[in-house]
Amino acid sequence: MAGKTLFDKIWDAHVVEKIKGGPSVLYIDQHLIHEVTSPQAFAGIEKRGIKVFRPQQTVATPDHNVPTVDQHLPIRDELSRFQVNKLTENCTKHGITLYGLNHPFQGIVHVIGPELGITKPGMTMVCGDSHTSTHGAFGSVAFGIGTSEVEMVLATQCILQPKPKRMRIRVEGETARGVNAKDIILYIISSISTSGGTGYFIEYTGSAIRNLSMEERMTVCNMSIESGARGGLIAPDQVTFDYLKGREFVPSGADFDRAVEKWRTLYSDEDAVFDRELQFDAADIVPMITYGTNPGMGAGINEKIPSPEDIEPGNRDSFMKALAYMDFEAGSPIAGRKVDYVFVGSCTNGRIEDLRAVSQFVKGKKKAPHVTAWIVPGSKQVEKQAHEEGITKILEDAGFKLRQPGCSACLAMNDDKVPEGKLAVSTSNRNFEGRQGPGARTMLASPVTAAAAAVTGVVTDPRTFIS
Amino acid sequence: MSIEKFKTILSTAIPLPIENVDTDQIIPARFLKATTRDGFGENLFRDWRYDKNGGIKPDFVLNQDRYAGTILVAGKNFGSGSSREHAAWAIYDHGFKVVVSSFFADIFKNNALNNGLLPVQVTEGFLSGIFSAIEQDPGTQLKVDLEQQEITLMTTGEKEYFQINPYKKECLLKGYDDIDYLLSIREKIARFEQSET
Ligand code: SF4
Repeated sequence: MAGKTLFDKIWDAHVVEKIKGGPSVLYIDQHLIHEVTSPQAFAGIEKRGIKVFRPQQTVATPDHNVPTVDQHLPIRDELSRFQVNKLTENCTKHGITLYGLNHPFQGIVHVIGPELGITKPGMTMVCGDSHTSTHGAFGSVAFGIGTSEVEMVLATQCILQPKPKRMRIRVEGETARGVNAKDIILYIISSISTSGGTGYFIEYTGSAIRNLSMEERMTVCNMSIESGARGGLIAPDQVTFDYLKGREFVPSGADFDRAVEKWRTLYSDEDAVFDRELQFDAADIVPMITYGTNPGMGAGINEKIPSPEDIEPGNRDSFMKALAYMDFEAGSPIAGRKVDYVFVGSCTNGRIEDLRAVSQFVKGKKKAPHVTAWIVPGSKQVEKQAHEEGITKILEDAGFKLRQPGCSACLAMNDDKVPEGKLAVSTSNRNFEGRQGPGARTMLASPVTAAAAAVTGVVTDPRTFIS
Repeated sequence: MSIEKFKTILSTAIPLPIENVDTDQIIPARFLKATTRDGFGENLFRDWRYDKNGGIKPDFVLNQDRYAGTILVAGKNFGSGSSREHAAWAIYDHGFKVVVSSFFADIFKNNALNNGLLPVQVTEGFLSGIFSAIEQDPGTQLKVDLEQQEITLMTTGEKEYFQINPYKKECLLKGYDDIDYLLSIREKIARFEQSET
């Protein structure tokens, strides 16, 4: 019998039953919820007159819809306040742990799960948010679900899921200086497109992936969903164990050693078979940026926007539509464009390493006067650490505006909106029309590329600053 | 709480020949502040339907009287992006029962099925056939027969078989929902938990 992939090992161990000709009943170890996709699920179980089945396996935090200034005050926007209060009310009623707005653990769900050690190798994890794939960086099967499924988990700690196919993406070799995890994943998505991963769960492997820190691995897994994949994961190794050691919800002492022993069995067997395999050479990857309105429309920062002839005939209409929205010309250079906003934050790049990278880059420099630069830490803990490390000071001296933790301009549900027609270089994960505010134009890039744009005021290759 | 039983549909369709329609277009994030499932239809495709002052954009298909019906026909890779089920709610709430495309994003497909909205995946060729038929005559009707797993372009009689998971098909036809099923096996789930520890 052929060996098993890491994905299969975890998935199969969580199947309560398989419905004939149908999906599997998959047991969920850890559930995360936030204010936007959970209220209707709580309403659903209440309508059925049932209680939350395993309240201790759900953790809640408000993030999508919270203001990023004056978080100590009541939320001004009435609907947002109501939604956030509803989360508190539901958690209190059902005995669910909540890290509310002024709690030191509050933050974007996908930032707090890992930093608190809630996320662990071998788990199944879900959340009503597609970027749940982030947690796969720890070797867990983690994916986003809809609200009906949130209700299923609340009611039974299970969901019904068809099993995805398995894809392996190897990235071998060394990346050049100035190239980081965000560039790797933008490069992959631009190669396979936003539907190339649909139906699959991706395992990332290869030396370039192994060499990434946990935070960088999270950036890669986070954007798996942008290729259409259900999720992405990376086999846990010493880097993973070192990261987890000593975190709030990770066992300590002998229990930790026992856990590590178990986690070491989590890898794809040598002879495991994948439904699709792809390989990329890390040396080919350059700093990437998107020019269109989906994350697959990316290119090397020194390249030109493609011409319609470079695009498959079937995709030309949407290509032209995207350029019209972005107000870009086909065939024109990407670099050198005037940038109005820079947004550093989100569950893709709002962790401490990202803030560190930006602060290192801007230290002793000033942002260009016409650029509005927002830095939004992914969590209260990231914010605290940034203060302690002196990052906050460096960024403020450079003219960046530090806001309080939340999803912020990543989805622009709160007041953090990029105005109509303005061009933003953002470290988040989606450049859809209107994603960062009605009419806002978004170019996705890494934190250093965003920092370079903030300093020069135009789209700039960050390597020009690296000696 | 069950979903509405899915019956065979014979209807005109609304064409949206755009690819990669993402969930942020279907329902922009700023409309996700509600805590109930109702009323999302009003903001379906909000920024394509209305300008920033709330004025109607006459070019958009939903604003054109010649198009009507309970079937939405869209370009490939429909529903990509976020997991917000509000996207499926908005489409359903607006009155659609079926979305036809040549490719659907996974999470959207699940969300649609969980709400009684049927995603019908057809070949590229069949899809462009539908688009040109509607372009010629907006009164073109489509028939969607879930029992037979068949979609028919009524003007030409062209048919195509579509795939659906047999379990999901049964749920839609009978109006069952997954939660009822999961609740019925709660004891089994509890035993599974025991065996794990
Ligand atoms: S930061 Fe953006 S992508 Fe991440 S959870 Fe928040 S809204 Fe979703």
